[in-house]
Amino acid sequence: MRKECPYREKLCSKLEQCEHYQKFRAYCLKVLALSNDNLEKTIAIAVALCLVCAVLVSLAAVALKPLQISNKELDMKKNILDVAGLLQADSDIEKVFSTQIEAKLVDLETGAYVEGDANNYDQRKAAKDPAQSIAIPKDKDIAHIRVKAKLAKVYLVKDGDKTQSIILPVSGYGLWSTLYGFLALDADGQTVQSINFYDQAETPGLGGEVVNPKWRALWKGKKVYAETDQASLEKGLVEEADKGEPALALIKGTVDNSKAGSQYQVDGLAGASLTSTGVTNLVRYWMSKEGFATYLSKVRTVAEKKS
Amino acid sequence: MSDILNDETKKVLVEPLVTNNPITLQVLGICSALAVTSQMSTSLIMALALTLVTACSSAAISSIRNHIPSSIRIIVQMTIIASLVIVVDQCLKAFAYDVSKQLSVFVGLIITNCIVMGRAEAYAMKNPPLESFMDGIGNGAGYSLILIIVAFFRETLGSGKLLGIEVFKLTKDGGWYDPNGLMLLPPSAFFIIGLIIWSVRQWKPAQNETVEFKILSISHGEGGHH
Repeated sequence: MRKECPYREKLCSKLEQCEHYQKFRAYCLKVLALSNDNLEKTIAIAVALCLVCAVLVSLAAVALKPLQISNKELDMKKNILDVAGLLQADSDIEKVFSTQIEAKLVDLETGAYVEGDANNYDQRKAAKDPAQSIAIPKDKDIAHIRVKAKLAKVYLVKDGDKTQSIILPVSGYGLWSTLYGFLALDADGQTVQSINFYDQAETPGLGGEVVNPKWRALWKGKKVYAETDQASLEKGLVEEADKGEPALALIKGTVDNSKAGSQYQVDGLAGASLTSTGVTNLVRYWMSKEGFATYLSKVRTVAEKKS
Repeated sequence: MSDILNDETKKVLVEPLVTNNPITLQVLGICSALAVTSQMSTSLIMALALTLVTACSSAAISSIRNHIPSSIRIIVQMTIIASLVIVVDQCLKAFAYDVSKQLSVFVGLIITNCIVMGRAEAYAMKNPPLESFMDGIGNGAGYSLILIIVAFFRETLGSGKLLGIEVFKLTKDGGWYDPNGLMLLPPSAFFIIGLIIWSVRQWKPAQNETVEFKILSISHGEGGHH
């Protein structure tokens, strides 16, 4: 037997008394009885359907938003831990993140840390806001991103007080999509630890292999900036002018590790030369003075002073 | 169960698998069959999502079928399908984030998938909700079957893997198999689907369309432009 709900009773009797409801009901019944080709019915059905669908969609979107945002944040933290090499299957992401990772804001122009709420800063959003971003001159825009945020959000991996590695956000155009990722460097700002693209839509199996762990492992230990030691200068491998310029690049085929200069080379992705070029360009762009070069050289001077 | 699974329900569940397959006979939903089949995992997700959406939208459309004005019926169907897909997508983002990340590109493809609208127009507009729901499941299953077959060939031959697990050791990793790059690109699905259609029609000649015109052979001295 159905239980009588007092609220339902109340609501029903109120509705019965309400004049507007009665009118509305009568109208609905009238419209439904009309022929399907009737113009009035056509419009009424269209309006009613739109209302129902709109309410349904907005309800879902609004009610689920908090869950979606927390999912997104957790996923981002997972990506950062992954590139930092701290991600284990059973690790508590929130805990590891809060104890070992520190987010900081960097002014790309001066390379200095900026005070601010780094944890809630969204660099991708800031890049779209004219007040917080600057257009990149065409001749310098090798990564084809057009605008960049003035402030970048970097993550420092801490081991006690010591900075273990620096995680830098990078982005750039591949073949179909803008690739977004993180590049993790050692505290020397020169040696690559890992790279991780968390958002891309390249061809699965070809350019999409940028997420392949096997390929990503090839980045470990590679050097970003050209070093002009005496021996390489003499051999003509590098020129004096190259000193300090980003040299890391993807090459066609497989890197021969015995050859000089192989520390600046990573295997290109087979069958995806345009994505490979895109990755080279985005690394070169973000490691240049347009990107993090000023910041990284500051980090190095501070580290040298300390030691 | 026997009264639910009457003859009509059985028919709409089983027929779309081979005899009335949405891809091989109706030739619907080819676009997404090309786009998502380079990997088995994405194909499976797409197949599941499409089956659910087709079934639910068919049931929803069928339940208001007697009041849909014929002049705006396509828009009405589209609105219902699109709303359903958005709600499903929102739920996935909230409760199954990893799946939604993989699915994100394909959600738009579900809305525009010809099978969903094709079934709404061809079946749900004329039949009661339960049968329409089953028809959606059946057609979704038929679509899934072809997707799985295509993805099986594309992933194994294209990248030597199945569901991301290595089956053929690639030459670049020191194995024997040199992957076929074409298999990773969408056109290869055309070849595979073409071969499937050919073999199904060899097996069931009733599916062959009647010849609308005959190509005449040109013998010497006749035909051609002068």
